Amino acid sequence: MAVSRFSASASPATGTPAARRPVPQLTNQPLDYAYDGTFEGLLTVLFAVYDRKAAPNSIQPLGAVQGGLFAQPVEISTDEATAARVWKGLLQYMDKDARTRLFHTFLSEQPDRELIIFRYADLSMRAGRDISEHYADDNVRRVQRLAQQMYREKHRMEAFVRFEKTQDGLFHATIEPDFDVLPLIAAHFTKRYADQRWLIYDRRRHYGLYYDLHRTDIVQFDADTTPQRSTAVSATVLDEREPLFQVLWQAYFDHVNIPERKNLKLHRRHMPLRYWKYLSEKQPRVQPFQPIQNKRPVQPGGPALGATSAETQ
Amino acid sequence: MNDQRIQEKLSILADAAKYDVSCSSSGGKRKNEGKGLGNAEGMGICHSYTEDGRCVSLLKILLTNHCIFDCAYCVSRRSNDVKRAAFTVDEVVDLTMNFYRRNYIEGLFLSSGIFSSPDYTMERLVRIVKKLRTEHRFNGYIHVKAIPGASEELIQEAGLYADRLSVNIELPSEMALQNLAPEKNYEEILTPMAQIRDGIIQNKEEKALFKKVPQFATAGQSTQLIVGASQENDLQIINLSDSLYKGYGLKRVYYSGYIPITDDARLPQVTQPPLIREHRLYQTDWLMRFYGFQADEILDPAHPFLDLEIDPKLAWALRNRHVFPVDVNVADYEMILRIPGVGARSAKRIVAARRFGPLNLDHLHKFGVVLKRAKFFLTCRGQALEKRDYDEQTIRRQILFGAGSVRSALVTQQLDLFAQAS
Repeated sequence: MAVSRFSASASPATGTPAARRPVPQLTNQPLDYAYDGTFEGLLTVLFAVYDRKAAPNSIQPLGAVQGGLFAQPVEISTDEATAARVWKGLLQYMDKDARTRLFHTFLSEQPDRELIIFRYADLSMRAGRDISEHYADDNVRRVQRLAQQMYREKHRMEAFVRFEKTQDGLFHATIEPDFDVLPLIAAHFTKRYADQRWLIYDRRRHYGLYYDLHRTDIVQFDADTTPQRSTAVSATVLDEREPLFQVLWQAYFDHVNIPERKNLKLHRRHMPLRYWKYLSEKQPRVQPFQPIQNKRPVQPGGPALGATSAETQ
Repeated sequence: MNDQRIQEKLSILADAAKYDVSCSSSGGKRKNEGKGLGNAEGMGICHSYTEDGRCVSLLKILLTNHCIFDCAYCVSRRSNDVKRAAFTVDEVVDLTMNFYRRNYIEGLFLSSGIFSSPDYTMERLVRIVKKLRTEHRFNGYIHVKAIPGASEELIQEAGLYADRLSVNIELPSEMALQNLAPEKNYEEILTPMAQIRDGIIQNKEEKALFKKVPQFATAGQSTQLIVGASQENDLQIINLSDSLYKGYGLKRVYYSGYIPITDDARLPQVTQPPLIREHRLYQTDWLMRFYGFQADEILDPAHPFLDLEIDPKLAWALRNRHVFPVDVNVADYEMILRIPGVGARSAKRIVAARRFGPLNLDHLHKFGVVLKRAKFFLTCRGQALEKRDYDEQTIRRQILFGAGSVRSALVTQQLDLFAQAS
């Protein structure tokens, strides 16, 4: 399965846009749509909306459809060719960045993501010009905001992944991101760690990215084979030097801190508590932190305290 | 390699390097070609944050904290009673590679105490970065300190392997340097700085002419000034930064609030680092680099210190009431950027969004404008949120103590300390 099919870098080449056809008015009775929950499925629904000239009351994944008293959802079956046509056709009304933001909105897993995407696409088509900077519009701002949140989460995962090396040379990491960002971080890790095999596993969504020195693929895991510990790899299969580097990293983390500037509020704002579980530097210490006794604290008016004997190597 | 000893060395040499505040890993242009390890393109990544809230992006260490110099402000000075240690070249390489492979860091920030001689020290630093780049095909970010007094050839060679070079000025005036670091002088610091600047310029010119040119310090150079260890006022510091940006093409000047690390009689006896002052200096630095302010608009000889209670942009606006209110629907971007409470992002949004139709105050609020401050200085199509015309002191009081005023914990805490002391 190809990774990041809809990311900006993997966009299909586009020729000169065909002459724009007028956007049909959605004059028929609004409908409740249901689809299979994939992005291709949603793109097929967008096509159906204009094909049937029926605006959506709701667009929901099949499993989640709520049976209203009268509403009988129209089930739209996913069609790859139609989806590809819609995906390409969006470029007549917006640039690639704006289109990518719609894909990111989808990955954000917001309950109303489908309607946000529909409204944005519809507004774009009717505006006749790029609306990505129309910040006064609530829906445009919502898409911008979600894209920004996705970007932040992607950036955080690029920062907070902590690989552990196993005996067979695989670098393994577990994450639980707020959004489904694996498709977005694949390119970064593939570029950066080109000479080592690695696996990043999203424990919340039960799938991972695996790079085998040639290409990066999406890999699925059975729920019951998923290890339960926070570190997904058991200690017995770790590389013999792995524990050393975790201890060294912890020691480094402790010693770059400047206690006089302590600011835990700022610390937590940058590194929220929910990410600590998988950060090796936030795990309990084997040996308690021992500050370097190389300073004589200033005692105004008094003699210096805490002086220790010099030790040379 | 003895694991216990390595941990001890890392602890000592990270502890000694931590007062260098630079941690940036941005601006590099190094791609991972041919399946090596790592890349350093575009913006950097902060992989962790210490409990003081600072970013951890690089493995920031000294090669050694043995030093022949005796600078009063420095924890590694010759006369200080400290544990000493030194890494071997291979130890630094091994640590960097293994930390990087685990996604702990963006790269290496390598500095050193000066042992034997500047050239001897610099030669070791170059050997490490060369080994990383050539033998281990490491393409992550590397920031190397140029040792003052090292030969031109060695600094030139370091620039071929490093993404960023820097020389720390530390003390904002020659007089303070003579007093606190008698073995250093300004000339020795500024010479390598000028050399790096010229290397970068020359490299750019060569790139325009030839296809294959080795890279030279593509992420530019930076420096650090210690604030509060000597007597300079903010005007002197800002003027120095301004001339470094303009004259030496620096990418960043870092300000480091002096932390009491010694009981040297030549240094002020302080118990708290001057964190708000440092913060206000950074705000001023940003105003000069991103908001189009000139140094002499912010401070002048009659007002040589930054206002600790309010930010420098608000202070400027209060002194220049005649240019306000600004109408956000018609004013230039440059002027909108000068409204207190309007940041660069909001200013850009305002200018972009008003092409679709006139904006009102509700829009501004949704764009992220801080109306509590901005309301005294702007109008929307002639409409103002604050209709009364207040004088400077009243606005100041309203913003600081009025309804909804949120003062950062830092400011409250430190100003309270001042109040107690006086």
